[in-house]
Amino acid sequence: MTVRVHPIGLLSLFVLALAIPARGQDKAAISVQQPWARASILASRPAAAYLTILNKDDRAATLVALETPVAGRAEVHRTVKQGDVMKIVPAGPIEVPAGGSVGMEPGGYHVMLMDLERPIEKGEIFTPTLRFANTSPIAVSVPVLGPGARGPEDD
Amino acid sequence: MRVVWGCLAAVALTLAVALGAAYVMRGSSPGLMVDQPKQEIFAEPGSVPIGGQFSLEDHTGEPVTNDDFAGKLRLIFFGFTNCPDICPTTLAEIARTIELLKDDADAVAYLFVTLDPERDTPDVMAEYVKAFDRGITGLTGTVDQVDAMADTYRVAFEKIGMDGEAFQGSGDYLVSHQGNTYLMSKSGEYLTHFSYGTALEEMAGTIREAIARFGDADGET
Repeated sequence: MTVRVHPIGLLSLFVLALAIPARGQDKAAISVQQPWARASILASRPAAAYLTILNKDDRAATLVALETPVAGRAEVHRTVKQGDVMKIVPAGPIEVPAGGSVGMEPGGYHVMLMDLERPIEKGEIFTPTLRFANTSPIAVSVPVLGPGARGPEDD
Repeated sequence: MRVVWGCLAAVALTLAVALGAAYVMRGSSPGLMVDQPKQEIFAEPGSVPIGGQFSLEDHTGEPVTNDDFAGKLRLIFFGFTNCPDICPTTLAEIARTIELLKDDADAVAYLFVTLDPERDTPDVMAEYVKAFDRGITGLTGTVDQVDAMADTYRVAFEKIGMDGEAFQGSGDYLVSHQGNTYLMSKSGEYLTHFSYGTALEEMAGTIREAIARFGDADGET
């Protein structure tokens, strides 16, 4: 059996190989991993979403706002432990260091979804937009897990 | 002659394997640790001034007191249903712990006490606890009743505005609160507590041990 490589096929592969990293640097400098949210049970109750923001750029990126149609307000909050007392405070702008990441998980950073239009239910996906001070906004698809989920692998 | 050598080699090999295995097993044998004193994880019931009488309402609207749970150990945790982060995580972990305990789970009453009785009516509590595990009882009451219960359990809590500052009296609020889960004896005396984030296996293991030592129906301490 012989394998024949078509010269144009080879050329197009070569072009593709050049094109992908160039595009990647531009568009995927900021990416999000393992987004998930918890079902809210009732509309009157705030819900929480969690995600990890990766920054492959060589300069820091600062998350300044989140927008989603499902919630009147969405802000990054942080649970802080003062002695035995757990307190939730707004986290303010979140700086994702160059080449680094900021992770959210229960007991730490979370996106608090307030003033919900309707209950956020298990199985649905909503798409908040993350806005940064110094780079393009990105839209993230966030799957909604059950009210008892503790992480992206739970149900 | 060759047969004799063969036999000898076989015997030597068997002996070496047996000795080797014995050596390895000796190294990992838990029997060697028996002499080390085990740290006591439970307080002598009645020796720690946490817990006591309370009078609240369960999520079906029935009045309940400390005595209604007599005969069961209690796992008691505090929170509020508008809590987006810590409380659902704690309730989810209690639900997983109930699963881990399997048949032993019935020896314990699982009580979720709201620190936000103004919003957490019995109906709201019912809706909330059933999303996690039907074995969890939601407790609420009047503001005074809940204050008294929290005081008895040394649970500090405070309303805070959504901006993280002191609550101004109107609008939405959260409740910052102590995140410990208490394990109490069958008569409601403090045995131990779990900090937020305790591994489930550790919590289930400690509860099992408490059931063995304090949970026997005839072994009231």
